[in-house]
Amino acid sequence: MDINFILLASAVLGGIALISAIILFFIAKAFKVEEDPLIDEVAENLPGANCGGCGYPGCRGLADAIVKAGSLEGLNCPAGGSDTMTRIAEILGVTPVVSDPVIAVLKCNGTCELAPAKSFYDSALSCAYAATLFSGESGCQYGCLGCGDCVNVCKFDALKMDPVTKLPVVSEENCVGCGACVKACPRLLFEIRKKGIKNRRIYVACSNIDKGGYAKKNCDVACIGCSKCVKVCAFDAITVNNNLAYIDETKCKLCRKCVTECPTNCIHEVNFPPKKEVKAVEEVMEAVN
Amino acid sequence: MKSFKIGGIHPEENKFSKEITVEVFPLPKQATIYLNQNLGAPSTPVVNKGDVVKVGQLIAKAEGFIGANIHSPYAGTIQSIDLVPDAFGFKKNAIVINVENDEWAEHIDTSKDLKKEITLSKAEIIERIKECGIVGLGGACFPTHVKYMIPENKKVEFLIINAAECEPYITIDHRMMLERAEECLVGVNALLIASGAPKALIGIENNKPDAIAHLTKVAAQYPKIEIVPLKTKYPQGAEKQLIKAVVNREVPSGKLPIEIGVIVNNFTTCHAVYEAVQKNKPLIETFLTVSGKKLTNRKNYQVRIGTSIQEILDHVGIPEDTGKVISGGPMMGKAIANLNSFAVKGMSSLLLMDQKESKRGEIENCIRCGKCVKACPMGLEPFILAPLSDKKDYESCEKFGILDCCECGSCSFSCPSYRPLLDMIRLGKSKTSSMIKARKG
Repeated sequence: MDINFILLASAVLGGIALISAIILFFIAKAFKVEEDPLIDEVAENLPGANCGGCGYPGCRGLADAIVKAGSLEGLNCPAGGSDTMTRIAEILGVTPVVSDPVIAVLKCNGTCELAPAKSFYDSALSCAYAATLFSGESGCQYGCLGCGDCVNVCKFDALKMDPVTKLPVVSEENCVGCGACVKACPRLLFEIRKKGIKNRRIYVACSNIDKGGYAKKNCDVACIGCSKCVKVCAFDAITVNNNLAYIDETKCKLCRKCVTECPTNCIHEVNFPPKKEVKAVEEVMEAVN
Repeated sequence: MKSFKIGGIHPEENKFSKEITVEVFPLPKQATIYLNQNLGAPSTPVVNKGDVVKVGQLIAKAEGFIGANIHSPYAGTIQSIDLVPDAFGFKKNAIVINVENDEWAEHIDTSKDLKKEITLSKAEIIERIKECGIVGLGGACFPTHVKYMIPENKKVEFLIINAAECEPYITIDHRMMLERAEECLVGVNALLIASGAPKALIGIENNKPDAIAHLTKVAAQYPKIEIVPLKTKYPQGAEKQLIKAVVNREVPSGKLPIEIGVIVNNFTTCHAVYEAVQKNKPLIETFLTVSGKKLTNRKNYQVRIGTSIQEILDHVGIPEDTGKVISGGPMMGKAIANLNSFAVKGMSSLLLMDQKESKRGEIENCIRCGKCVKACPMGLEPFILAPLSDKKDYESCEKFGILDCCECGSCSFSCPSYRPLLDMIRLGKSKTSSMIKARKG
């Protein structure tokens, strides 16, 4: 082949490339979008998981909003937590708004043992679909369906399906409280609550609003709306609506009186040391033996 | 032989109970009547706890445009009005009646004589259908009178009666055609007057030659009624497919059959219409087939609504290895999660599936064989729609025509990888329609 062909082709293509580059250079100058370099800097400090927990479309969306607002009032990255927000506050030169760390809690404790299955579900493995078909294997129409839609949406590897209980388990370390599971659950079983002092928290692990008798028929650990917890609470933190108790985390002082009072054990305490009285009884038993 | 053109399947017919005459099921001691027995809004009770009611007395009034009255199927005392779990375990408002005797309300003609002469006018017939709370007994329970509220600019050219009974196992329409043909055809005549249509066409699948022969003989006295034998193919009894097969017209996407001058009613509904128009008897009964491969004591029952499903099943004796009970046909019916629930209007069958039949196959990957596309009677592409709904891309679902899906289940039936195509599409369909509703504001 004649070498000239190659040279000609290179010259022509090179020429086109050069001319295009010049045109593009001027176009880029003329239509340049002025963007605050701070946005890039803030975005770099965000986790980059694009979980949507802040309410903005992705991390860059939040960075944009933060820089535009010029303060951190009402803006928070639940995934990054207070460390990230302090760093961003330093970049912007504003005072950091410290928000308490949060975690998702499951308001259902209907394990296979406590809420035995009355029927068997064998279809598309999606809670969204199962919820349209029937009340659930236990018969409780408010409880966990166990198909794992929440596990599928979690971007932080914080939810696992327990094969024995068929309930999702929230990981203390991994959960950032982004709220993806809250949106995914067709039964609205997740709630984002404060992690609490020393990670200790108390909540009602039930969402059943049926009357006590019927609720108990389907599940041993259902809230029956007996209001015993309301009476025992010294801080007015507990309310009962529609046969279901709710603990206001801002008023709760973690005294644990309601936990022992609850006849169906539907109030859960997390990360508390075992109670002293219980220990004493055990010791007595041991001594007797 | 007439049929719809695209798609369709032919599942095993299993019409075991076609020789068995319809029996009247004995009255229960206690009955529960749900307040949402129809498509649309649930009805409002007009009786109170402790009231004494007679058979056929109004106990709940229709709510909203799409609604139907409910009448007491029993004579007795109202024990309570409470939340009762339905067949799928969801709690629904219901009236519980302690059955005492079988005393009918005075205005109802309880004689068994056939009354052929229709004396009511068009408006009176529609009013009577509305008063008597008649809903379509094909399964969807759409209030019948709503179909006859024809817009001013529309004219009904054909009244099509759906007697295809394309679902396997179910034989109740077949039995009705053989046993109550005279009554049903009077009902068809009443509907002809109500619709103003010049002609009624009764579409029957050709796997029921005895029914075709019998109906043709009975229909000879009515020049306006014609029997149309159809090819045995599922879903021949789906509204749009039936229209295509019988009169070769296509219902435009997203429109009702009235758009092309057609009204479709189920065959057993005509029996209810006959009783309402000629005897003033409200819809308090449902006709249902109890069948299954392992079941030896198969039945066709005439059951008062509110009878316990468990009681019906105890009556026939549940075979030992029953894995699933389906309300409705095996293709479109729903599995019952709670047997302690009660019969409703339009419950056309109870099928007992054995353990092996109840289990679904292991879900494998889609191998792009195209069997679902070939089977889809609406000309959709289920293998595209299912993953789109699964991935929540409802915009694309709309573009690919998910709202045209008639949920017949032909795609899931024909899938060699046992993919739950219809399950995914059904969810996508409901999400897409709510998305469209939200967009319209």
